Parts: sequence; C-alpha cells; structure tokens
Amino acid sequence: MLSADFVIATAIAYVGLLFVLAYFGDRRARSNKRSFLHSPAVYTLSISVYCTSWTFYGAVGNAARSGLEFLTIYLGPTLVFVGWWFLLRRLVRISHLQRITSVADLLSSRFGKSNRLAVLITCIAVVGIAPYIALQLKAVTSSIQAVAGSSEFGQGSLQGIDDVGLAFGIAAGMALFTILFGTRHVDAKEQHHGVVAAIAFEAVVKLTALLAVGIFVVYVGGGFESIFAEAAAKGIVVDAQDTFDARWLTTLGLSVAAIVCLPRQFQVTVVENSDENHLRVASWAFPAYMLLMSLFILPIAVFGLTKMPAGSNPDMFALTLPLAFGQDGLALFAFIGGFSSATSMIILESIALSIMVSNHIVMPLILRFSSGVSSDGRGVTRLLLVARRFSIVLILSLGFFYFFFTRDSDALAPIGLISFTAIAQFFPAVIAALFWRDASLKAATTAIAAGFVFWVWCSFLPSFESVSPHVAWLLANGPWGISWLRPEAMFGLDGLDPLAHAAFWSLSANILLLTLVSLVTSPSALERIQASIFVDVFKRGHVPRGNFVPGSATANDLFFVAERVLGDRRAAALFEAEARDSGVDPDMLEPSPGFIGRLERELAGSIGAASAHVMLSKVVSGSDVSLEEMMQMADETQQVISYSQELEKTSAELRSTAQQLEDANAQLRELDSQKDEFLSQVSHEVRTPMTSIRSFSEILLDGGEIDAGQRQHFVSTIHQESLRLTKLLDEILDLSALERGERSWENRPVDAEAALDRALTVCEGLLRGVMVEQGGRAQTTMVEGDADRLCQVFINLISNAVKYNDSAKPLLRIASTVRAGSYTVDIADNGPGIAKGERKLIFEKFSRGQRATDQSGAGLGLAISRQIVTRMNGSLDLVQGALPGACFRVRLAVMR
Amino acid sequence: MAIDILIAEDEPSILESLDFILRRAGWSISAVSDGDAALDAVRRLKPRMLVLDVMLPKRSGFDVLKQIRASLETASLPVLILTAKGQQQDRRIAEELGADGFVTKPYANADVVGAVRHLLGEDVGTP
Repeated sequence: MLSADFVIATAIAYVGLLFVLAYFGDRRARSNKRSFLHSPAVYTLSISVYCTSWTFYGAVGNAARSGLEFLTIYLGPTLVFVGWWFLLRRLVRISHLQRITSVADLLSSRFGKSNRLAVLITCIAVVGIAPYIALQLKAVTSSIQAVAGSSEFGQGSLQGIDDVGLAFGIAAGMALFTILFGTRHVDAKEQHHGVVAAIAFEAVVKLTALLAVGIFVVYVGGGFESIFAEAAAKGIVVDAQDTFDARWLTTLGLSVAAIVCLPRQFQVTVVENSDENHLRVASWAFPAYMLLMSLFILPIAVFGLTKMPAGSNPDMFALTLPLAFGQDGLALFAFIGGFSSATSMIILESIALSIMVSNHIVMPLILRFSSGVSSDGRGVTRLLLVARRFSIVLILSLGFFYFFFTRDSDALAPIGLISFTAIAQFFPAVIAALFWRDASLKAATTAIAAGFVFWVWCSFLPSFESVSPHVAWLLANGPWGISWLRPEAMFGLDGLDPLAHAAFWSLSANILLLTLVSLVTSPSALERIQASIFVDVFKRGHVPRGNFVPGSATANDLFFVAERVLGDRRAAALFEAEARDSGVDPDMLEPSPGFIGRLERELAGSIGAASAHVMLSKVVSGSDVSLEEMMQMADETQQVISYSQELEKTSAELRSTAQQLEDANAQLRELDSQKDEFLSQVSHEVRTPMTSIRSFSEILLDGGEIDAGQRQHFVSTIHQESLRLTKLLDEILDLSALERGERSWENRPVDAEAALDRALTVCEGLLRGVMVEQGGRAQTTMVEGDADRLCQVFINLISNAVKYNDSAKPLLRIASTVRAGSYTVDIADNGPGIAKGERKLIFEKFSRGQRATDQSGAGLGLAISRQIVTRMNGSLDLVQGALPGACFRVRLAVMR
Repeated sequence: MAIDILIAEDEPSILESLDFILRRAGWSISAVSDGDAALDAVRRLKPRMLVLDVMLPKRSGFDVLKQIRASLETASLPVLILTAKGQQQDRRIAEELGADGFVTKPYANADVVGAVRHLLGEDVGTP
C-alpha cells in the first residue's frame, strides 16, 4: 500500500536525482559544446515544459467535464510550431543578436530600451503567473492527498495536516529546490544547460507515466472501443457540448499567445535555444509530443467516469485509477509523472520570472541608487543572485497565497486559463515588435496596461468569488450597483463564457490601443533604431552596429564594468579574445565601437538591455558621445525643429503684430497728415489776413500818391484783417483746447431759453434788416451746461444764418420746444442751404460752405459749437428745416 | 479793349490790394473770385496774363491752370500762381502743370509787380 510518507520520500529522492542530473548536465554542457545536451531532442523536450500538471491531471479532468475542449490548449501551440515557426525563428534570431533574456527584455529592447515597459511586463507576469503556480501546488497537493486518502494507513505523517499546510510545504520545498537549481550562477545568455537537461528528463518521465497509465487503462478497459461503448451504455457522454463555441476559440487563441509569451516558454524556446536549426525539429517534434500526451486523455477520462465512484475528482483520474485497481507501482509512477510536470513548470517559470524581476526591477534600482558599478566592490553578480533568490521566494509565495484564497474552486484547467489570459496581453505587442515598424513605446505600454486592467477586473477578481462575499456581490451587481461594469458582463456583454468575455475585452482594448496610439504617436529615435533592427532582422543579415560611437573610454574602465557583471573569468576571456582579434597586447587594447557594442550585448544577457545600456553609458559617455547623447542631440534637433515651427508660429504672430503696428502707423500717419492738413489750413487761414496786412502796409509805406479816403480805407482793412487774425488765433486755441479737453467747465443747471434770448440780444446789430420769425418758444428750460458757452453756440448759429444768407429778403426762424425730455432749438434760414456734398464736412475744421461770400470766418465756428454741445451731452446737427435754407438743431437733455 | 491782367482771387482784401498795386504799375485789370469764373473770363477777356490763386471756390487754381494748358487757345497764356500754402509740393505741382511764375502769400508788393512784369515781357530794356 502506498502512503503519503512514501510518495513524499520518493518525490524528494526524485528531486535529488534531478539535481544530480542538472549538476552533471551543466558541467557536461560547459566542457563539451557538442554534447547531446545541445541537441534538438533535448531542446524539444525542454519546450514540453508547456505540458504541466494542468496537462497531466487537469486535461483528464477537463475532458471529463467538457469533452474535447482540452485539445484546444495543444492545438494553439501546434499551430504556432507548425505554421508559424518563421515567427519563432525571427524571435530566436533577434533574441540571440540582442542577447534578449525574457519577454520583458524583448519588448523593452524593441521599444527604445524602455525600462518602464520592462517593469510593467515583469509585474504583470509575476501577478499573472500566480494562479498558474497555484495550479501546480494544488495538483501536487491533491495528488499527495489522493494517495493519502486511498487507504487507512495512507495518511502517515500527514495526519492533521490540511491541504493548506501541505501546499505550503510543497511551495517552500519548491522554492528551495528552484534556488538551488537555477541561481547558482549568472550566465551571459541566461542559459541554464543543467536545468534544461533536468527539464528534458522530466518531460520524458511525465510522458512515459501518462502513456503508461493510458496503456493500462486501455488494457484494463479492453480497448478504446469497449471503453467508449461501456461509457455510452452507462449514459456517460463526454462530448455533449457545442463543440466550436466562443470558449473553444478563446482557449485556442490564448494558447497560441501562451506558447510564445509565457515566461518559461520564452525561456526554453528562445533564450535557451543554442541553435536556430533546432526549431526545425521542434516544429514537428513538439506537436508530436503533445499529441502523445493527449492520446490517452479521453480514454482515461471516460474510463474514470465509468469506473470511479460518483463525486470523485476527475482531475486525479490518472492517479486514482491505478490506485483503485491496486496497481501501486503504476500509481507511484503516475504520481512522479504528475510531480515532474509540476516541478518542471515551477522551476522554469520561477527562474524566468526571477530573471525578469532582477534584471528589470532590482538592477535598475541598483544602478539608480548606487553610484554605479564602482561602489559595489563585490560585484553585481552576487547581488543579482540574491535578487533572483528573493524573487523566487516571492513568486512562489504569490502562488501559494493565490492557492490559499481560491482553494475551494475545484477544477484545475480554469485556473490555468486565468494566467493564460494575463500573459496573452503581451502577445499583440510581441507581434507588433517583430513586424510593425510604427508600433511605439507609448502604444505598447498603454495597450498592455489597459489589457492588464481588464484582466484584473474580468478574470482575476472573479476567481475570488467563492471566498469573498464582496467579490460575489460585485459580480452580481457591479461596482456601486452599476450593472454594466459587472466583471463578467462588461458593457452589457452578458451571457458570454467568463473566459471568453475576459479575453475579448482585455485583448480588444489591448489591440485597439496598440494600433491607435501607434498611429498617433511618433517613436523616439532609439525606438526607431531598435524597430528597424527587429523588423529588418532578416533583411540586414548583419549584427547591428555598436550603439556607442568611438571615444576614449579605456579598456580598463570597460573591464571594470564587465568584471562586476560577468565575473572575472568571462570578462578576461572576452577582452583577451578581442585583443587577439585586433592583434594587440591585452593591456594596449583600444576598445572599438564594435567591441563596446558586443560588450553591451554580453552585459545585456546578464542584466537586461536597458540596464546594460545605462551601465555602459556611464562608462563610455564619461568622455565620449554615447548613443544616448546622440539621441539626446537628435532629440534636441527635433526640439530645434519643433522650436522653429514654434518660431514660425510666433513669427506669424509677429507678422500680425507688425500688421497691427503698420495699421497703427497708418493711423498715426493719417493723424499726422490730418495734423499737417490742420497746420496747412491754419497756415492758409493765417496767411490770408497777413497777406492783406502786409500788402496794404507796403502800399502805405511806399509813400506814393494816395488820397486820404483811400488811405483811410486801407488802414481800416489792415485793422479788420488784424482783428480777423486775432479772432482766428483765438478760435484755433479755443478749439484745440476743447478737443484736448482742457477747456472744461462744470456742467451746472442753466436756463437754455435765457441763453438763447441773450444770444439774440447780442446779435441785434447783425440782425438788422433780417426778419426774425419766432416759431414758438419753450418755457424756461433748465439744462446741464455752461450759460456763456451755450450762448456762444447760439450766437455762432445765428450769425452763420445771417452771414451766409444771400437772399434778397433774409429770413431767420428760431423755434424751441421741449419734447420727451429733450430741449430742442432749431435755427433755420432762407439762404442757399448747404449743398448735399458739404453736409458731412460742414462741422469739420476750416470747412466753409462754397457759397460763403463772407470770408471773415476761419471755418472753425461750427466745429467749436459742436464740441461745446457735445460737452453738454447734447448734439448739434444739420436737419431738414421749415425754411428752404439750412436748419441747425441743438438738442439737450432737460433736467428733471 | 483787351485787358492786361486777369486776377482770380477769392479774398476780397487781397484782391483789392492786388488790384491797386497792379493798376498803379500801369496795367489794366479784371478780376474774378472763383475757378469757373476764371476759366470763363480767360476765354472771354483774353487777358495777356493770369494771376491765379490756388484756393478758389468751385474750381481750384490748379484745375483752372490744367484746363488753360489743355486748351490750344490758351495754352501759352502766362500764369502766375498765388498761394498761401507756400509749400514745396504746391510749387512742384504748379510747375508740372505749366505755371510760369509762383508767388507765396504774404507777398511783397514789389515781388508781384516784378513777376507780372517779367511774365508780360516788359522787364527787358526797362530802366
């Protein structure tokens, strides 16, 4: 009878065997490059790490529950290896050239060596893989418990230890084992020949074990036909579902992504690959392996359903069937097979993830917070190993915690698919990285982040439904009761399989953002360089040139860096080889750009592309122009370009400002010319009386014969012209003072009617011989203004009406009214009126009607009058009057 | 009988002074006070010369000059421009339009008489 103690002891012994295998495998691989460990067979078998306990146990359970659906998980990788091996070849070629160490490194390197992207991918991978690790822990735990529960003595020392305790023990053991296995040294290419050897061995073990169980089942069941016939007779139909539904398509798609993007698959397929041609073999051998693995899944499931008591866990059929038939040896083999598939996955996955964590999170932190390589005397290698060990513990802890929280969910396969969905978020970016030149860092980052958010919400969170009432409520009602945000029915997409739903939304958002953001953003120079290296990897056919331009970084500096990361021996070997190749003494080695480039790639193999680049930049750029600086310069050039575009914009603004200035200038010129015009007018107005005065003075001074009457007349003309001159100057001064607002007075209540009467009185002499018609007068009316100024306006208007009136019977009509709060005075005459063309000009300075015969006025009167009335908040206009001549109207507001 | 000088000037006092000094110098004078009248009088009275103010009502002195020069009949009539705007621009325009002399206000009487005499061709041989 098998007991738990016995199988645990066997498991530990098996692990011990693996360790020995790995140790010698490592030594052998190092000493002999042509060892069988470098063969395509081992390579293919190591890829088979894809088949985990999910396959060994879960596929049987899956087949028992959902029929042929389990096959999709193997169909996807088959498609990739058979149909898309050009994609894998491209991936391998690039990764070798660029010393890519992980999927995070790949995307980081492609998208401008962005460490931020690498960190994002690493974090997502660590979180996303946790359910997958939990799956393995659960499978191993269940298998041990299955053995323990098979007999009354089976429990052994497991007595009183529940599944959590058991899982914890397994997780701790696995962590220790992985640390011993995978973190003994840091390799430039992150290749772990020993581990790969052990994994290949495990692949053989698990395949043989499953085949043995399968053959046993077929043998016991009396052949395939009889197994299915018996099941049919019992009414067991395993393939009742709709075969090709959304879930099928989803798992198929997810498995395609997983075989490329799963950290451990990337590790074995791409990083551990030592020869591109191995892919040719793997392209048929790996699908064949999976076919063999799946061959007996369905018979085992059906036979289990037929023979095992109702309610037994179908996931464990591969183990419980031999036990039920008393085949302890086969059961132990099956257990070891399942254990193999679990350990190989955990070991490789944690190694791959720990490399990502140490290279993309720990290393950049060291580079940032230490002053670089020099401060750490013991070397980076040691630190990296510590970081990796810590990461392995972290990763297994996360797996354990996920197991702890979701231990009540029964089936294995759905847990694995949660991880697949998370990891699938990298796939669009990987494809874009390899084939689409315009894919940008921003796009990849946004796309992956968005996909991850959807994954957390739609897939990760719902897996806690059974343990958290909060999550259950959230699933039923949505956050804050918003039903269209329910994690499994986003935006009203109800009724879809939860997995298909999560995959649909996360990948749709992912792909959409990747495309759109790539189209709207422009990649940086480094991104463009990396993009062309990736996309044109087969076109170029040569190793990309060093990223550093020639400079004066000494070999010593570089060696110092290389020694810290690669170790003394490897660094020395590298430098000696370079010295040999360039034919100089190692001490005299002048590092060429090519060598620095090679060194960067070597370092990248250990610490990731981004970190290696930063590290070498620190050394090389000390006295040299690094690519980074060149990029910076390029960026600056870019900035200059955008700056000049800015300038262009600015100069457009300047142009418009200049235009405004020009306009203002034109206005000023206009004003200036108005001023010139004014001065010229003044000049004219002044010169005219001056001319008369001068001329007549000369006539008088000539002393010629002039009679007394004529002399008297000339003197009188001189006198009049002098008065005119004085009046003119007074008016000019008055007007200009009015215009400048200097001649201000306080508007106070004045009787407008009184002012009008006074004006009439003043003009009495002028009005002699003129008929004055009083056209109705207002009563005493108070307006705001200045009595003298208002009187001045009236005098001006009355005298104009008389002066320019050439009628034989001059008539003047004065009327004033108060209407609607306005006091209006009309002063009309029967003179020639104002010609239409002059009406606008009549209030301008120096404007005299053409018909004016009396030239004594300077043409300033109306301009002054209008200024005065305006000051009183009133208006002075030329209106259609009662008489044929002109009619001027003064309008002022009546005071209340 | 034909007159010697036609004066086109709208300022009455200036016209009076011109009339006085030119008559005293011995010429026969006729006067108008706007541009239209000036053109009309030139054709009708056929003066030996024209004393023309620039700032005239109805038709500016420059316009009158242009019309005179445009008509074959009067193209060669000597014209003395009088203006208060004694600016370079006015002088240039006057010259371009074919003025024969140019006097700015306020003028010295002797200058006007001298200019008129020169344009009438009476200065040669005069003591």
